Amino acid sequence: MSRIAARFAELARGGRKALVAYLTAGDPAPALTVPLLGALAEAGADVLELGVPFSDPMADGPVIQRATQRALAHGVGLAQVLDMARAFRAADARTPLVLMSYANPIEAMGAERFVREAAAAGADGVIVVDCPPEECAEFAAQARAHGLDTIFLLAPTSTEARIRAVAQAASGYVYYVSLKGITGAEHLDVADVAAHLPRVRAATPLPICVGFGIRDAAAARRVAELADGVVIGSRIVQEIEAAGPYEAAARVKAFLAPVRRALDERPRQGAA
Amino acid sequence: MRMYDLPDARGHFGPYGGTFVAETLVHALEELRAAYLEARADAAFQAEFRDELAHYVGRPTPIYHCRRWSAQLGGAQIYLKREDLNHTGAHKINNTVGQALLARRMGKRRVIAETGAGMHGVATATVAARYGMTCVVYMGAEDVERQSANVYRMKLLGAEVVPVESGSRTLKDALNEAMRDWVTNVDDTFYILGTVAGPHPYPMMVRDFQSVIGEECKPQMRELAGRQPDAVIACVGGGSNAMGIFYPYIAEEGVRLIGVEAAGEGLATGRHAATLCAGRPGVLHGNRTYLLQDANGQILATHSISAGLDYPGVGPEHAWLKDSGRAEYVAVTDEEALAAFMALCRIEGIIPALESAHALAYAAKLAPTLARDRILLVNLSGRGDKDMQTVARRAGIAL
Repeated sequence: MSRIAARFAELARGGRKALVAYLTAGDPAPALTVPLLGALAEAGADVLELGVPFSDPMADGPVIQRATQRALAHGVGLAQVLDMARAFRAADARTPLVLMSYANPIEAMGAERFVREAAAAGADGVIVVDCPPEECAEFAAQARAHGLDTIFLLAPTSTEARIRAVAQAASGYVYYVSLKGITGAEHLDVADVAAHLPRVRAATPLPICVGFGIRDAAAARRVAELADGVVIGSRIVQEIEAAGPYEAAARVKAFLAPVRRALDERPRQGAA
Repeated sequence: MRMYDLPDARGHFGPYGGTFVAETLVHALEELRAAYLEARADAAFQAEFRDELAHYVGRPTPIYHCRRWSAQLGGAQIYLKREDLNHTGAHKINNTVGQALLARRMGKRRVIAETGAGMHGVATATVAARYGMTCVVYMGAEDVERQSANVYRMKLLGAEVVPVESGSRTLKDALNEAMRDWVTNVDDTFYILGTVAGPHPYPMMVRDFQSVIGEECKPQMRELAGRQPDAVIACVGGGSNAMGIFYPYIAEEGVRLIGVEAAGEGLATGRHAATLCAGRPGVLHGNRTYLLQDANGQILATHSISAGLDYPGVGPEHAWLKDSGRAEYVAVTDEEALAAFMALCRIEGIIPALESAHALAYAAKLAPTLARDRILLVNLSGRGDKDMQTVARRAGIAL
């Protein structure tokens, strides 16, 4: 069983929801990424998504765009991100780590080399933001051959046919994008998420995590009522940006711990 | 050559093209593809498109034989396809008319566009006014500063121009921002993409709308010269004017297809925009194609004297035409383009766009190596009025 599957099984047994936390590798400085990942895990994150900086982050809002610029200014590329994954894994054997990238850094390294090295570094899954299943059948097969889960996005605009196709190709968990928009958007509509999730649920036995636009503990808790987990990204990156290098770890912990508590306080409905 | 029927159903030109976008846009692109294929097969849509091109755009554009310049160069005869004579001054309007008609057919009342020099932005603002649509144009903040006249033209036409401050603050960032707008407003918004790049169906659709250029050339060349040209030459940034004139000639084996990229200050300096000559394949803006990128796959800043060629990617069909050997791609420097710009002004009385001057510059190199009965057909994709500031500044003249 993969680390991701094991973590979701463990959460389900406890009737708990997953807290998935994102940060951009190399922001605010390369040396801080591994400590920040550790801080997120310590504050209660169940799954960590580590963003690979890319010069043209088409799906990201201003917060993650700025984080990307800071990371690129330090010259952080995919090879350095793999080093960070390796260092994190040496320090934490249990917390699942997912690499989140745009397609081009992976193409530039070579897909085969990337999946081999990512698996060897101790990564557990991969999300390629701008690569829907239609374009990456071969890549997904290579990733799974190396034991990496292939996590795909679904969106409010996904049709029934697409939901089925994406569910077929997915492993680990399904990332449901809560809104039409970019990361860090501010128009989250929980009722809309509630209306869409049953179609996704019907198409896949995988856990469903909901992300985009979740900015605080209250929103996390409301969304978690509907799903198996929540993804928080821009809000964490914003904390890092506001804190600066010396305070960043303390700030993300202070932000994330109440989110964790809010998720755990929800009335127990038992594992599905 | 075997029958050319690319792209395939999912938008692939060999290994290039495709639909590399975030999930939220996949359905919108499927809708667009279905709507476009239906419109393409609809005689009424095609008739309205042709009618607009004739009466609003001013087509067909003529072909002009540069007798004086050809004689001075002392070799092949140079003919110009005069896309500079279109309404708004460039080939861009062929595509924006087509896409605006499609937007109207799909019931979308808001159109958005990216622009570099501003020509596609102006062409989009123009059709938005013509068809009564709301229009937002994304333009890199650096380009907004460099192209203030075009910014004002767009505003006169009723468009909102949004300066893009992210990334390198140029065309590629404007395209990113237009995509972000589209993903947010996907229900009521139609994205009028300006070149043969982006995700499927854009490379195919923009090529189809622009292929009116090459289609007109065939009977015109027959009438003017009694035969088809030996080579068709066009500048390539994203590559829409080149695809427009190349496409109808792909099946004509005797016709060389030559795309001319911007070598900027020289390929060796790294300050250029010659994607096909100096790049390697990758994924950007929704498709797989040649890109100017570093070892980590980060997209590089580009340079060209012509803002319209200043783009680190290129349409995926050009990538395929290069690999398959059907088309050749070369690059000319800022200096060479300027020299050709001046030559056309002084010898033929035509002020070309700096983009088109790249194609002219290569024609001027090639012509003297060929016999006088050879024919080079150059796509004069736009007029140079927009470039007065750039050219004057270069000569040390303040306007």
